[in-house]
Amino acid sequence: MRKDVWIQRLLIVVSVLFVGVMLALPLIVVLTEAFSSGLDVFLRAVTDPYTLKALRLTLTATVSAVLINTLFGLTAAWAVTRFSFRGKGILSTLIDIPFAVSPVIAGLVFILIFGRISPLYPFLEAHDIKVVFAEPGIILATVFVTFPFVARELIPTLEARGTDEEQAAALMGAGFATIFRRVTFPHIRWALLYSVILCAARAMGEFGAVSVVSGHLRGKTNTLPLHVEILYSEYQFTAAFAVSAILAAAAVLILTARNIVEYLAHKEDDFNVR
Amino acid sequence: MKRRSAKRIIPGFGISLGLTTSFVSMMVLIPMLFLAVQSSDAGWSGFRKALSDPRILAGYKVSFLCSFAAAGINSVFGLILAWVLTRCRFPGHRLIDGLIELPFALPTAVAGIALTALYSDKGWIGSFFAAAGIKIAYTGAGIIIAMTFITLPFIVRTIQPVLEQLDEAYEEAGRMFGAPRELIFRRIILPELTPALLTGFGLAFARALGEYGSVVFIAGNMPFKTEIAPLLIMSKLEQFNYDESAAIALVMLVVSFAVMFGINCVQSRAASFSGG
Repeated sequence: MRKDVWIQRLLIVVSVLFVGVMLALPLIVVLTEAFSSGLDVFLRAVTDPYTLKALRLTLTATVSAVLINTLFGLTAAWAVTRFSFRGKGILSTLIDIPFAVSPVIAGLVFILIFGRISPLYPFLEAHDIKVVFAEPGIILATVFVTFPFVARELIPTLEARGTDEEQAAALMGAGFATIFRRVTFPHIRWALLYSVILCAARAMGEFGAVSVVSGHLRGKTNTLPLHVEILYSEYQFTAAFAVSAILAAAAVLILTARNIVEYLAHKEDDFNVR
Repeated sequence: MKRRSAKRIIPGFGISLGLTTSFVSMMVLIPMLFLAVQSSDAGWSGFRKALSDPRILAGYKVSFLCSFAAAGINSVFGLILAWVLTRCRFPGHRLIDGLIELPFALPTAVAGIALTALYSDKGWIGSFFAAAGIKIAYTGAGIIIAMTFITLPFIVRTIQPVLEQLDEAYEEAGRMFGAPRELIFRRIILPELTPALLTGFGLAFARALGEYGSVVFIAGNMPFKTEIAPLLIMSKLEQFNYDESAAIALVMLVVSFAVMFGINCVQSRAASFSGG
């Protein structure tokens, strides 16, 4: 039995070392590099007008992705789990596709649809609509990459609940709004919150897809991750790490929020069981 | 008739299905059709190039080998981490558990430059290896490290729930009968974990294959050596070579879909097995 304890300790040490080297060190290195030339340089990089513009676009894209994908996630979860219909399997598969597509390919697809070689291009050109190499393209690419996040979290949650409660409510004459607000929503609110947090995290950090559709126009189509790349490739390392520090801080906030939501959801579950 | 009326009791069928289908058509179906049409426009010559050009083939090879290695590394450490997190309590347990999702939350570009800074010849870790004459950043090893970072949560998080539900009584019984530890692990724990392990491996592999942001910084991007397939799509696009980039994209997509299909098969087999 003594040997078991030693093996357990060894495995704990291995785990802590692995997480420390693989996950904690990169986070620490971002902070130390960001402040390596002093607070002044850090503040200058963070308050640079290009940084602020990139921050604004990142926020716009993230908020759009969260709003659109939450709306989609709710309708998709309602349709797929509350009713049976033909083609349900195909619909579920289609919802999952963005998970299997490399971000770079996602960006490429939007270039093919709205770019110079697209059959739509003459029309877009005539009406002066710019999608790729402009903000709408960035937003579209971000929405695509995070498309399944909310739906994928809500569908299993609702599936596990069954439809009995909603049917009972409907038979007693409750309308859609009442059923959703009083019966369904209380069961899915933690899953919804959880998936919105993950969706925001991914949308904020998306790089590959956005990089393809952005055309790298500084001050126009730059998101924070793209701004990091530009600064880095111009050898402005401290500035690149300073901007990264903003994103890393956001990531830590998101992780904390995720853990709090998970904790609260568990607590409520325990309470319900009792 | 009864079933039909049962499904219509709950309101909102028409509008929710209508909205869902239009969302999916706009965001997924039409974009994928465009890609298919575009790459078929490229015709056989485009495809032949995507499947025979030595530089492109080298790109696939780098992508596949490194993704495989990263998913393999994470299978080993992910298994250990999942086991430690479910079975042991130690100081810092919650912190480690909370950190696992960091690669999902940290933007990939940030991860890319942070890992490059760590593993370059002057970095905190890279300088140790440089002293021994081993280069990590700007080599295949660097690509593998970036991919390992990015896919770390997949295997831990697919195995953890299975381990939590696994009844310790079986292990206990094995121990009572005097089975050695290795045998208990191989015969009792591992078979239960295999579907989850395969699923996690597949998810990690598919994600690593498509990963771009974190890899391009640390890879060095030398043609034939450290140039990954997504980067090739990117550089073909920058040369306005739409046909070839669409053809490479289609090859990558077919592989990703095959992996996803494999995962679905593993999961439905596991579900039918445990369901009786």
